[in-house]
Amino acid sequence: MGFDKKELSGITFLLLLGVFAPFLFPSYRIQISELWLFMVYASTWNIQGGKMGYNTFGNIMFFGLGMYICASTQIAYSFPLAEWTAAGGVKTFVHTVEQYFTALPIGMILAGLIPAAIAGALGSLILGLRGHYFAICTLGIGIAAGEFATSMKIWGGGQGMTVPVWPKVDGQEIDVLGGSVNFFYTLTFILFFCTYFFLRWLFSTRFGLILTAIRDNEDKAEAMGIPTMRYKVTGWVVSAFFMGIAGAIYGNINGYIEPTEVAFAGATVGVYMVLMAILGGKGTLWGPIIGAIIFQVFKEFFWTYFLGWQRVALGFLIVIIVVFFPEGIMGWLRRIKPELFGEVVDRKARLAQVTIKTND
Amino acid sequence: MTNILEVRNVSKFFGGVRANEDISLDIEEGKIVSLIGPNGSGKTTLFNSIVGTHPIDKGSIKFQGNELSQKLVHEIATMGLIRTFQQTKIYGQMSCMMNMKISKKVENSFSRMFDQIPNELNEQAEQILSFVGLYEKRNLRAGELSFGQQKLLELAMALMNEPKMLMLDEPTAGINPTLINGIIDRLIKINDQYKITLFVIEHNMRVVMNLAQKVFCMAHGKLLAEGTPDEIKNDKRVIDAYLGAQ
Repeated sequence: MGFDKKELSGITFLLLLGVFAPFLFPSYRIQISELWLFMVYASTWNIQGGKMGYNTFGNIMFFGLGMYICASTQIAYSFPLAEWTAAGGVKTFVHTVEQYFTALPIGMILAGLIPAAIAGALGSLILGLRGHYFAICTLGIGIAAGEFATSMKIWGGGQGMTVPVWPKVDGQEIDVLGGSVNFFYTLTFILFFCTYFFLRWLFSTRFGLILTAIRDNEDKAEAMGIPTMRYKVTGWVVSAFFMGIAGAIYGNINGYIEPTEVAFAGATVGVYMVLMAILGGKGTLWGPIIGAIIFQVFKEFFWTYFLGWQRVALGFLIVIIVVFFPEGIMGWLRRIKPELFGEVVDRKARLAQVTIKTND
Repeated sequence: MTNILEVRNVSKFFGGVRANEDISLDIEEGKIVSLIGPNGSGKTTLFNSIVGTHPIDKGSIKFQGNELSQKLVHEIATMGLIRTFQQTKIYGQMSCMMNMKISKKVENSFSRMFDQIPNELNEQAEQILSFVGLYEKRNLRAGELSFGQQKLLELAMALMNEPKMLMLDEPTAGINPTLINGIIDRLIKINDQYKITLFVIEHNMRVVMNLAQKVFCMAHGKLLAEGTPDEIKNDKRVIDAYLGAQ
């Protein structure tokens, strides 16, 4: 589990970015928070899509669920949830500082645990599907989750619901970690590093190796005595846990939850996470992170300066990725410089092997 | 000698196709047994039935006295019955060493899922790779190996698992003729040194004659004949099955 130089400089870069970026670009704090979350989406999607070879479009469901669960808990801790959503801004509810900061952590924990449990139950049903069938099934699940939320009166149905606002004392926003934007920025930053170090550990274990074995040849893994189902389900549980918490934080940053555009946004966030992981190089620890950085810069640039053309630019980016970088940036590096990844023919051993050894 | 594998009246139908019909055979522990037959005679289907890839329609299969026909593929493999594939199945994106290390048998419990791969495995993996002649390629991606080398890698992976019985589906297909002798030697050594019972599907008659102590011949989904290699070689029914009856 030692760190090599390349990785250490990568981590240092991210740490410096995390600490100094809010001071250097104070007006971009929300976008940078989003960047940390993007890294989490892409890295957790990578467990299925990259490591395991199961292209899922359903991870967005855990994101949306986490968002709703956390917001519901935050509200229901102090007020009746149904009244809150029915009020539609007419009646105002104000959380005290204590109520707000007790309910938020409870909500975030539930937002991790409940989607994880759902992933465990659902995973053992549908992870037996392979290839396109799995992809289509998860796509359906993502859409169904959005429809489900739309029909939930208690969550405000299609209108959505608001999230408790940052508490005020005497009309002043209270100063915890420098106010709401900085507070949630810090949470996203911490969430990303927790995800990163957890996945780094996970991929270094036998578990990580078996995920790649499942991707390369699941039948072989079964034939060698590996109960692949258990690994696939556990992997999905991990993704769901982190996606749920990411959703919980994003709901609070956004301040407003809507079923199909914000929470179960399969057409935007659901696609972005796949795109980022593929752009950077799926199946590697750093690929999704690199992909997320490039993607977020690209996205903000086009959304700011070429508004109206951003979808065209996004389509163009997809074409470029598919045509020129089908294996992503990391995969491309591995192809042109395999020795960087330790793929070498042992010349010394070749000489020793001129006479075939049978090793008596 | 006791029987390590007992197949009794096994039938497997795919719709109207009778792939295996009423097959019964015993494999003695510690022997090298070969299964021959023309293409499409149901040899691989029988292998798949034994290792649980598909459910069988009739009959029973016992490995060391335990019934296999209701068990899952990975459960059967964990019992020490490992098979290799006719079309090689390896983990193409991973290095040969990784392919080896992941093939080591580990108890299937939740806590063991998150073990680190112990460094001691390197030595064992290297030793087995040099045994099959792939030592110098150990850090290459397995998918970059030639078909024949992948066959060897599959054999090495199976050995890494330390099975009690090994079922090989055409181990010499696609391998350079000069290397075939090396394979025969190694298979005999595997059987002798590691005490692994071998059950081998093979088309190459020279290999069968040099390797097997007992031969089963299948044709049209039925077991046609069994006996020593010499008996099989001279059995008129076998010759008819291969060349067509006069």
